[in-house]
Amino acid sequence: MIESDPVGFISLLAAMSAAVYLTRAGGYWLIGRVTIGPRLRRMLNALPGAVIAATIAPILVQGGLRAVLAMGAAALTMYLWRKDFAAVAAGAAAAAGAFALGL
Amino acid sequence: MDSEIEKPSAPRWTFAAFREGAVAALPILPGLAAFAMAYGIVASRKGLSLADALLMTGTVYAGLTQMVVLETWPSEITLSAGIGIVAITLLVNLRYVLIGTTLRPLLHTSPAYKVYPALYLLGEPNWLLSLRYHANGGRDPNFLVGTCAMMYVVWVSATIPGFWLAAAAGDPRRFGLDMVVPAFFVAMLVPMWKGPRRSLSWLVGGAAAVAVYTLFGGYWYVVAGALAGCIAGAFTDD
Repeated sequence: MIESDPVGFISLLAAMSAAVYLTRAGGYWLIGRVTIGPRLRRMLNALPGAVIAATIAPILVQGGLRAVLAMGAAALTMYLWRKDFAAVAAGAAAAAGAFALGL
Repeated sequence: MDSEIEKPSAPRWTFAAFREGAVAALPILPGLAAFAMAYGIVASRKGLSLADALLMTGTVYAGLTQMVVLETWPSEITLSAGIGIVAITLLVNLRYVLIGTTLRPLLHTSPAYKVYPALYLLGEPNWLLSLRYHANGGRDPNFLVGTCAMMYVVWVSATIPGFWLAAAAGDPRRFGLDMVVPAFFVAMLVPMWKGPRRSLSWLVGGAAAVAVYTLFGGYWYVVAGALAGCIAGAFTDD
């Protein structure tokens, strides 16, 4: 696992940090040199949502009713109160309740 | 570019602006701490040690990336898994390219050796606060650094209680801890909802991810879904 491969873990963190920094500094560096057109801008705007959807969709499909209930509770709470902490708590509570019911 | 319009005198990086930035970040801290605790929970659940979890959060320092990466964390770090993780990291953070472009007016009068290290801790809240600061006439880049420093301290330290919580809870499903991150992701999507047309990229991204995951398993499904989604987004009118 991870503990048995500290070199791999550290190199991975270094590569991830470099990748993140590249994006953080890249836009600032780039803007003096190129123009970001409307299509590229729309693409970059769509990225965060697409990444999140791509991460949770398989969990939703795999997790069955329990995952549907948890994520539904989180979505509803967020929609009503706009508090991410409350949404996470509601999602976890729904998942815990479903587990207790044997789902 | 509009960023070149004003060419003021020598830029000042004062402690007063640093402190102003730190104070401006205060309202974000409860939400940030909750997010960091969620990260601590996942890190514990995926078998990272507390030291490893803190090392990751202190160096990579990109919350959404850490969540996505841990959710797809491999049981063994092979080269292929590593490349996949770095690809996910790049994709998740490509939005910073846009964010960075909008900071040009605040930072372009300062020397590069000051600006580029400061950008290391850039995040969305810092960016929003700095834009507001600049719009209100603020010109000291140390404001940005102040918001970043405050958030960094809270982000890294709030990981610890989350980690302990998950370690003490046993079976994560009993308290729904395995659904903390999915719930958080759903919560993040809700304010981003701009009607069904604008959110076509979510549907395409999600469907592509499910297809790739079902067919191949592994961890590349996030990359596939994100690419499919943002290509769909590029061809969706505003």
